[in-house]
Amino acid sequence: MLELKNISHYYRNQSRNTEISVFENFNLLIGEGEIVSLVGKSGCGKTTLVNIIAGYTEPTSGSVFMNGEKVVAPGKDRIVINQIHDLFDWMTVYQNMRLVSNDDNDINKYLSMTRLSEFADAYPYELSGGMKKRLSLARALVVDPKFIIMDEPFNSLDYQLREKFQEELLDIVRKSKKTILFVTHDIEEAVFLSDKVIILSGRPTQIKKEIVISFSKNKVDSIRDTEDFIFLKKKIKEEM
Amino acid sequence: MQNILKKLIVLVVILFLWQLLSSSIHTIIPSPIEVFTALYNLSVQGDIFIHIFASLKRVVVGFLIATFLGVGLALITGYYKKIDVFLKPLVEFLRPIPPIAWIPIAILIFGLGDMSAYFIVFIGAFFPIFTNSFFGVSSLPVIYENIAHSFEIKNFIFVKDILFKFSLPYIFTGLKIGIGMAWMSVIAAELIGAQSGLGYFIQLNRLLLRTDNVIAGMILIGFIGYMLSLLLLTVEKIIIPWSIKK
Repeated sequence: MLELKNISHYYRNQSRNTEISVFENFNLLIGEGEIVSLVGKSGCGKTTLVNIIAGYTEPTSGSVFMNGEKVVAPGKDRIVINQIHDLFDWMTVYQNMRLVSNDDNDINKYLSMTRLSEFADAYPYELSGGMKKRLSLARALVVDPKFIIMDEPFNSLDYQLREKFQEELLDIVRKSKKTILFVTHDIEEAVFLSDKVIILSGRPTQIKKEIVISFSKNKVDSIRDTEDFIFLKKKIKEEM
Repeated sequence: MQNILKKLIVLVVILFLWQLLSSSIHTIIPSPIEVFTALYNLSVQGDIFIHIFASLKRVVVGFLIATFLGVGLALITGYYKKIDVFLKPLVEFLRPIPPIAWIPIAILIFGLGDMSAYFIVFIGAFFPIFTNSFFGVSSLPVIYENIAHSFEIKNFIFVKDILFKFSLPYIFTGLKIGIGMAWMSVIAAELIGAQSGLGYFIQLNRLLLRTDNVIAGMILIGFIGYMLSLLLLTVEKIIIPWSIKK
């Protein structure tokens, strides 16, 4: 379980000598095994929130708790899959995995799960955009984190590849049974992937609304055309 | 094929102009045939190889020390960013001083011989290697540091497998500039303070008014310098294929 308690965070604007408040007593609770999407307009502090949860940025005040333990630094229990390229270009697919795990059985298991076994000796520049994302996911899963944070991971993919990878991701996530925080500005993506969509307001950021997605866990691409799906998309759009 | 033809045309033009120049001031500039004959004679006699070996040995020793210290110091400075504040001004102060300006000091400290030459080669190669390596190390994207923290990668592994390997393309740029500087520096050092080497060979033949040998020596310097660059380029392609192919 991940809990954010009374998080406040400020940036100092040096040129104007003012403080910009990004969060003001922000609270969030994500239960074990949940897939939660955070949606909000650009600049509402989604990436700052990712950095605070990951432990890269210390909030001005407030705390993050992971299963009751206070988060003080980045760690293997919370892995971020970034929107920008985050693979080590000088290492092959296998070496990227080997850097973070010594267990060859686990490495092979997750390479197989993400359909990358055949490309174990390839360098990242030899992989397609989707394969690179699958490798980032395999690298995250191999260290068995409790929590995976995905910061707009499909941004660099084109529309068709994006839909395909969303389905693949759902399939992998179901198999791995991980808790996922998914950060996106794409409403359709959020509805398709999540159990719950959290809509963020403008600065200082607060939770505007939480919407529970009640579709079956075994989502298929065809649900995108159903009335319920379209209705939810519209509702979230209106809230934003 | 077209490239080879172009290179051949350039070579023929150079030889023609050289012959033309030699015909007008023959007392100073020997003809291409005289120089190539000198080159042939030198290689048959074998003495020239002693000089080539002496120069190469000095370059290799000085260049290896410069590589070890330049890359090592860049990694330390990049990792412990606080050292940068002290080290960078010192490097920036010493960097513009040409290697040749160090020769009198080197002779005073180390005397005439190999030690002075090693030192001059080291000075010539160190700064391009250090500055390029440092640039590489300090260009490491924050995202890689974050990933290393998240996956709890140990400091030694971080330096060895992430910081160093990310910086390799920059390090190789420094090495390629450094080897050229090392080769130029050793010739300069041998012109003044050595009893062997290609620089010494040229100086000796100048005093003997054997300009054919002087130019033969110059051709050898150019050829070996070019070979050293090609060697490094080949090593680069083998060691960092991801950088070349990306």
